[in-house]
Amino acid sequence: MPKAKGKRRVSREAYAYTPGLKVKRAMLVRKMRRLPIPGKVLVEEGDEVDFKTIVARTELAGEPEIVKVALLLGIEPEDVPRYMMKKVGDEVKEGDIIAHYRAFFGLIKRDVVSPVDGVIESISDITGQVVIRKPPVPLEVDAYIPGKVVEVLPNEGAVIETNAAFVQGIFGIGGETHGVIKMAVDSPDEELTADHISDDDKGAILVGGSLVTLDALRKGVEVGVSCIVAGGIRHRDLTEFMGEEIGVAITGHEEVGLTLIITEGFGRLRMSRRAFNLFKSFDGYKAAANGATQIRAGVMRPEVIIPHSEFYEEKSGDELAAGMVPGTPVRIIRAPYFGAIGRVHSLPIDLQQVETESYVRVLEVELEDGRIVTVPRANVEIIEE
Amino acid sequence: MARLRKPKEEMKYILATDVGSTTTKARFFERKPEGWRFVIAGEAPTTVEAPYEDVTLGVRNAVREVEELTGHKILAEDGSGIVVPFDGERGVDLYCTTSSAGGGLQMMVAGLIKTMTAESANRAALGAGAIVMDVIAQDDGRPVYKKIQRIRSLRPDMILLAGGTDGGATTHVMEIAEMLKAAEPKPRLGLGYKLPIVYAGNRDLRPQIKKLLGEVFALTIVDNIRPVLEVENTEPARRAIHELFMEHVMSHAPGYLKLMKWTDIDIMPTPAGEGMAMQLIAKVFEKNVLGVGLGGATTNVYSVFEGKFVRSVSANLGMSYSICNVMKTAGIENIMRWLPFEMDEEEVASRLMNKMIRPTTIPQTLDDLIVEHSVAREALRLGLEHHKTIATRLKGAKIERTISDMFEQALAETYIDLMKIDIIAGTGGLLSHAPRRVQSMLILTDAFQPEGITWMFQDSVFMMPHLGVLSTVYWEAAWQIFDKDCLVRLGTVIAPRGVANKGDPVMTVEIEMPNGETLTEEMHFGEIKRIELPEREEAKVTISPRRGFDVGRGPGKRVEGTAMGGVVGILLDARGRPLQLPENDKERRETLLKWFLDIDMYPEDKLRELV
Repeated sequence: MPKAKGKRRVSREAYAYTPGLKVKRAMLVRKMRRLPIPGKVLVEEGDEVDFKTIVARTELAGEPEIVKVALLLGIEPEDVPRYMMKKVGDEVKEGDIIAHYRAFFGLIKRDVVSPVDGVIESISDITGQVVIRKPPVPLEVDAYIPGKVVEVLPNEGAVIETNAAFVQGIFGIGGETHGVIKMAVDSPDEELTADHISDDDKGAILVGGSLVTLDALRKGVEVGVSCIVAGGIRHRDLTEFMGEEIGVAITGHEEVGLTLIITEGFGRLRMSRRAFNLFKSFDGYKAAANGATQIRAGVMRPEVIIPHSEFYEEKSGDELAAGMVPGTPVRIIRAPYFGAIGRVHSLPIDLQQVETESYVRVLEVELEDGRIVTVPRANVEIIEE
Repeated sequence: MARLRKPKEEMKYILATDVGSTTTKARFFERKPEGWRFVIAGEAPTTVEAPYEDVTLGVRNAVREVEELTGHKILAEDGSGIVVPFDGERGVDLYCTTSSAGGGLQMMVAGLIKTMTAESANRAALGAGAIVMDVIAQDDGRPVYKKIQRIRSLRPDMILLAGGTDGGATTHVMEIAEMLKAAEPKPRLGLGYKLPIVYAGNRDLRPQIKKLLGEVFALTIVDNIRPVLEVENTEPARRAIHELFMEHVMSHAPGYLKLMKWTDIDIMPTPAGEGMAMQLIAKVFEKNVLGVGLGGATTNVYSVFEGKFVRSVSANLGMSYSICNVMKTAGIENIMRWLPFEMDEEEVASRLMNKMIRPTTIPQTLDDLIVEHSVAREALRLGLEHHKTIATRLKGAKIERTISDMFEQALAETYIDLMKIDIIAGTGGLLSHAPRRVQSMLILTDAFQPEGITWMFQDSVFMMPHLGVLSTVYWEAAWQIFDKDCLVRLGTVIAPRGVANKGDPVMTVEIEMPNGETLTEEMHFGEIKRIELPEREEAKVTISPRRGFDVGRGPGKRVEGTAMGGVVGILLDARGRPLQLPENDKERRETLLKWFLDIDMYPEDKLRELV
């Protein structure tokens, strides 16, 4: 690779870098649990909650049903109010007559019945339409993680805090779920196939190694596995499993029978040893998991939260890590060294030309096998220790 | 509205920013003896999300970079923002900004007839720089309850309601309005304010609309978008959208109230700024322009055709966040057809999926770069296809048809004719960062397939939105910077319409070079050739196409024109329109390799290693 001309300059620290995914044995996890619209909060500050404790509840206004009364009665819109049997605010049941038309001494009779249960919301003399509002739909939000209510958000929800192990994935599908952590394979290099899954895994959060195969996903659904965590997945297996190709990485609402969390990326990729060993040490613990991923605007990554009270995070305070310095452990996240792990060797200041002929900011990484390679700074992420 | 703190002729420094969804980009301009020039760029991550939730932090960081690089102080010492005007030591004389942070301006559009008022309303919203989430029309084929469910699930920033000509339909328009009200759409940013709605329909219904929607929504009433079927009047709606964007939407986004105080000019959605820049090109050269902003999440296509400006946005076609949607929409085989080497389909898909989940990474290897360039062609191609569905003739208006039209299978829906497009201009990360400029020129050429004589331009370091917003208050400065520092002249593509067999003669091109020498080039089918012609120089060209080939005046007709020089020069493109790629896989790869080598597209040794 060509080097910049002249005297070599290096920076002591770099701030423009991609923060790594979190793999923590213990940290204070806080989750804000909010209703999408205002409602009633059912917990108080200091309350202890479990995975499924309901934190807040509200009612979503029912759907409107538009009834074309003028059309159905064969009258002009402005005449509709005259023939209405119900007025705005009246409750109606499905089948109730809401408008009634008579002409020619009763020879012509037409009725309009309510197609739904609800309340008359409006009667229009311009369009002849009547809007019936269906009953409201109850909406609840649960705690998702067990812990303590540390803050109540009036009319919205609460913040729950717990001490837990925390693993972020890079991509997932499916929403929030719970289950017991179970190791499906012995090493992070091993593939998770259907043979690794049995009826005993019902409700579990199953941890695989380098790849989860399509037959494993299908077996997981069949058995009733809550969540599968693996290093990688093949693009075509994911497409087949979901029934459609992923276009934009905004996920979490898929209904595919289980939640899937990928920790490294697409293809066969060994799960990072740190993550694998962490799961292993919490084998048998109950955990919460969520596959929801949103990469644009406010990055949201999939996660597994394993609450425990065995040990606590040593350093406190906020998570904004310091910059990247020589010695910082990093993972390379793009070809030609995709997946390789190493430590920052140096941070040259001057732009360097890479194989594409682009001049970019680079860093030198000492790989685990001792090789020193040069890669664009944009193509590494920090491994948080 | 804009109020300048200093007379234009006394201004010395201008600062413009674009608050993008990921990066805030500051551009610093200075008046030099030769005129206004671009000085330096500063960039920093956008801070619209938690934990910051204040865009001005990102703006401040980007400006601080400018300060460090130039030594010129811009920010107030007390942290109150940007010093305007320049006080002799500190500050700038003018500060303006565009914004697309937090997903830009997201709108829902409703009209009566899908192909008439709803289509016009859609064009107006797009022209104002919005992402249109859905277009609701009475005849859109969905039952009412489905439409209601859809409206309830959307969280738009604003709604545009059209319908009926003046004095025309009333009842059906009110039905749409009643449905909107019944569905109770909620604004995206916070529940504590009324959702803005612009009514641009039948004038006669204004009192009823006011009565129905006035209390529940923040209602603005403007002139009808289709006063008569033959006329589309999008300007009043577009202006109202911009005003509401500032008043309602921006003021609810984190930190924008502060940012609005910093700037003297209304904050404009980024695509609206980009659109202004495209219009500037059309205005100065007095030509038809096709422009494109190929971003990470979206592709915006702009056309200024015979004075009519239209913008389309393909919200999910992009080079990072949305890269897999390009694969999904185009089909992976269409991406792979641009690769001159063999690569397993699963490998290509994995690379794109991995780019999507780690969108800030950049290609380090040549094969990775070529894969991204292949995706870019497809994103652009799809973006243009989409644009053609927006840039259409007015439906419902009477058009006089001649006998020949009837033979041409009715009138083509779009009026975009690549033969009549004189200029193509591109902006966006992938195009601006292409290691060789010829790469962006060929990518644009392969995707858009210009016909006849087409001048090709590109944004140098992404400042079209900045200059677009600046042009609204200080046209001369914007143009001077645009011309000298922003608009890279790539060169000219000369391509005849038509196809033939490989090796058949296609055209003879005579080029009168600036040094007086005349080059005569014989082009055969399937060939592409690059001829050097430096920037700021021009050459007279005479193109004599063979029978069956058209360069603007009909098949076989000779055309004279002017080729604009550029960093690439002239591309003589006899690869066919539509462009022909061999069906046979091996032959296709060999053809691509030959084209790439012929125009010096990639480093030769590395390229040969790959194939």
